[in-house]
Order: sequence, then structure tokens, then C-alpha cells
Amino acid sequence: MQYMLIMRSDDAAVAEYKEIPFEQIIEAMGKYNESLMEAGVLLAGEGLSDASEGFVVDFTADPPLVTDGPYGETKELFNGFWILDVASKEEAAEWAKRCPLGPGAKLEVRRVTGPEDFPADNEWVQKEEGWREEQAAKQADRQAQAAGDAR
Amino acid sequence: MTEAHDETARRAEASARRAVVAVWRIESARIVATLTRYTGDFALAEDLAQDALTDALAQWPTQGVPRNGAAWLTSVAKRKAIDRWRRQERFAERVEAMGLDLERAQAEAADALPWDPDEIDDDVLRLVFTACHPVLSQQARVALTLRVVGGLETTEIARLFMVPVATIQQRIVRAKQALADADVPFETPPRAERQQRLSAVLGVLYLIFTEGHAATAGDDWMRPELSREAIRLTRILAALQPDEPEVHGLLALMELTAARFPARVDARGEPVLLADQDRRRWDRGAIRRGTAALDRAESFGRGLGPYALQAAIAQTHADASDLASTDWARIVAAYEGLEQIAPSPIVTLNRAVALSMVRGPDGGADAALAIVDGLAGERALAMSHLLPSVRGELLARLSRDDEARVAFALAAERTENARERAVLLAKAAAGR
Repeated sequence: MQYMLIMRSDDAAVAEYKEIPFEQIIEAMGKYNESLMEAGVLLAGEGLSDASEGFVVDFTADPPLVTDGPYGETKELFNGFWILDVASKEEAAEWAKRCPLGPGAKLEVRRVTGPEDFPADNEWVQKEEGWREEQAAKQADRQAQAAGDAR
Repeated sequence: MTEAHDETARRAEASARRAVVAVWRIESARIVATLTRYTGDFALAEDLAQDALTDALAQWPTQGVPRNGAAWLTSVAKRKAIDRWRRQERFAERVEAMGLDLERAQAEAADALPWDPDEIDDDVLRLVFTACHPVLSQQARVALTLRVVGGLETTEIARLFMVPVATIQQRIVRAKQALADADVPFETPPRAERQQRLSAVLGVLYLIFTEGHAATAGDDWMRPELSREAIRLTRILAALQPDEPEVHGLLALMELTAARFPARVDARGEPVLLADQDRRRWDRGAIRRGTAALDRAESFGRGLGPYALQAAIAQTHADASDLASTDWARIVAAYEGLEQIAPSPIVTLNRAVALSMVRGPDGGADAALAIVDGLAGERALAMSHLLPSVRGELLARLSRDDEARVAFALAAERTENARERAVLLAKAAAGR
């Protein structure tokens, strides 16, 4: 099963993070990512640039309204993610706990939906098919019986 | 009140147990590898690691999960090693043999970071080669690899292979004995044997993968969990051996094959052929990863191995929205490559089918038929329905209906699958 680790930080944590030498962050995150790769669990992961470089597309309006920030509440900004391929929720938690993050930072961990979450496209078609076969068989039975009665 | 309390406690315990299993899955290969180097004895290391796991399963649920679970497990296992040697009065001998190594090891046991990552990687690689050693039977290699490299519990392996737990236990005990008897050193193979030994490792991983999607035992013909274990292990190997193109080739083949899993079974649990699969259900993420792995295998410029060539075929299908828009010429070329390095009548037959799909003035059917007829004497295909079935299709496309009828009838006679027989008989009646 796949889990997404969603990194969120509050403004204070983001400000504090900027104080830490970049090399140190790269080093710690690099090690973490390498351990994920070596364990064969890392499917994807990206960091996001500063929120000021982003924008918002709001679908309340038609056509959708594009605005630069602010986003409203900026208490917890989404600033990066990983997608991991693991055997259990506990394994996802174990990896999440190893992430080199500090106070004010949080990882929200969510299961990624897979094909098993959606019924096969042809499932309903097949159910209907089964029902039709059943009806046809009943019909044939009735006809056979009617023919027998007539004789 | 007490009942609710018991229920809460039971849940907490179950959750702690799953936490132990999760840590074990992540760390067992490194723990067993470290212990093997420390003790110089793979079988002993495996025993010690299992004992430490048993302790963790007993203690963590009540005492809480330690902050560094891997270090905890390793120190416990090392203490157990020392206890054993003391009991066997072999302590002094061992200490002498290991010299400073033990002192360092003991210092490490107290340390929060018990190992040097680079050294560990080499040890894990040694472990992979040991578990897939040629003195072991294929079954033993599979069981040992899943247990020591994959960190699966014996009960889990037994469940996945649908055999009794005792059977897997026995395979592992015997495998450890066989390694000890043959005095197999804990090392990566010497240069001269390297490629052959790597092929053996890839063979074990591929066997685990195929067992998962074309199961040879049980009613369930797809066990995707087993295939996913194989993919994880192959990713581990790709990280340890990034310069081996065929490791990436195998990873590509697995990802691209697994990408089709969601479309391979219909709602009744029956297999769906490639031609009839709903390609919208193919896993795009897996296709992307498989394609990247194949690109990597190709980037070495040393030609493609058998796994990479099969991956190239799977990738060509993944690229196309249906059979008609598939790049069949690329598939023909890949089968030609396979015929060169891993010839078999099945590969040749597949090449003929691919050739007949290449669009051209005659649709390639004539050339394909010539290849198929050339396979008539092959013993491997003598009893198979495949040859007459393909022959029938080609004859029908060339409007040689009478001959097609005979070929389809023969194929229908040979197939063991009732559904397929019905289809073939219908074709035999229609002559197309």
C-alpha cells in the first residue's frame, strides 16, 4: 500500500528553518531520502518552493478565479511530500518518525487510493450480464415447460 | 468497565506488535548482516536476530517501542552472542579472533548509531549473495531471501506460498545447514563468478515475482503482495548495485508487468487477456517507474539483457492505447534480441505473432506463417495448443479458411482451458 507523507510547517518553524545552514538541511534530508531509497520504499518525493511563488485557483467562481496569495490561514503551509510503498500503516509511521524535522513541523500521513478502492469498470456490466443470463435461462425453462404442457 | 479496559489494552498490544514487525521489516537485513560480520557465522547471526525479535515482541508491547529500535535489536542480539560464547567457554577464543572488533562492537552497542552506513551496504549485499548461493535449492533461496533480506516472518512466507509453516521452517533450517556444511564465506562473489552469481540473485527475485502473479499453488492465481515484495527487494538491490544494467532491467520488467495487475482479473476473478484489458486501469505510476528503470538499463550502452528486453516489450504495450496502435516493429526487434541471447521456441512463436501485427502490404502474415511452420518439429511445442492456434489465426488472415479450420480444431483438442476450447471451436466452425 502507498502512503503520502505531507510535510506542514507553521510560520515560526518556516522562519526558524531559514536560520539553519542550507548544507545541513540538504545533508539530513539527503540521508533520509537515501535510506528510503535503499529500503526500496520511495516512489516519489518533492519539496515545494516558497508559497509567495505560488498562486491559488478558486473554483467557487466560474470561470475559476486565479489569485496570488494570501491563502487565508497560513498557520500550516504545505511544503513538501513523499510517497512511500510499504506493507502497513505502522511501517509508514516508522518511516515518518525518522524524518529529520523539528518543532513546529508536522507530517500528515495519508493512504494513497489504489485500484482496489474502485470497482472494476466492467463490474456492473458483468453483474447485469449475469442477471440477463439468469433471465434467459428462466425464460427457456418456461418455454420448455409450456411446450411440454401443450403436448 | 474492565472489559473495555481489556479491549483497549489488547488493541495497544496488537498495535505495538505491528510496530515491532514494521521495524523488523525495515531493519532485519542490516541487523542480520551486521551480526554475520560480527560473529563470522551466518546461521548463528540469523538465530540471534530471531531471538532478539522474539524479545522485542515480548517487551515492546508492554514497555513501549524504543526510540531507536534497530540499535535495541542489534545490542540485544550482540549480548546474546556473548552469552552463548561464555556458556560455550569460547569467549576468550572469540575475543582473540576478533581482536579490537569486539571492543568496537561493544562500544557501538552502547551507541545510538551502531553502524557505518557504507559498511552496512556492503554487508547487506553479501547477505543477498549468501541467501541466493548456488549450494542452495531454488526453494531454499526463495525462503531465505524473503526471511533475511525481506524481513518477513516465517508464518508470513508460509501464508504467501500457501504451504504449512513447518515446511518453510524446515527449508530455512536446512538452508542454513547447507551453507555451514559448504563453508560458504560471507562475501560478495569474486570477479570471475560475479555475473553468474548476480544472475542467480535476479533469478530468485524474478521467481518470487512470477509466483505472485501466475501462482503455481492454490486457487488464487494472483497474489500481488508477493510480487510487491519482489519489487521491493529488487529496488533494494538496484540501490546496492546501481551499475548493473540488468538489475534495472529486471526492476523495469516487474514494474511494467505489475502496472497491468489492476486490469488482469475481471470482476469474476477470471484472467483477462492483454487484448481485452481496460488500459485505463493500468497503473500509470508503475509504468513511469518501469520506463525510468528501463531507460537506466539502456543508458549503460552495453546492449539489453533478457529481463530488459522483456521490459522493452512490456513498455511498448504500456505506451500504446490499443493493440492496433502498438509499435509492433519494436516488439519484433526485442524478440529478435531475445532469440539471440535466450533462444526458445516460445520466443520465436511470439516473434511470429508480433511480426504478423506489423502493418504492411501483407500485414506480415505470410512471413509469420513461414516462421510458425518452421517450428512444427519443436518438441517443446508438440503438445501445446499455441502453435496450431497461432497458425489458425494467420491462415484465416490469409483467407485460407479450410486450413484455418483444421488448425483451430487441433488447437481446441489440445487446450486444457474450457473457455479457450469454446472460443477455438467457434473459430474452427467459422474458419476465421
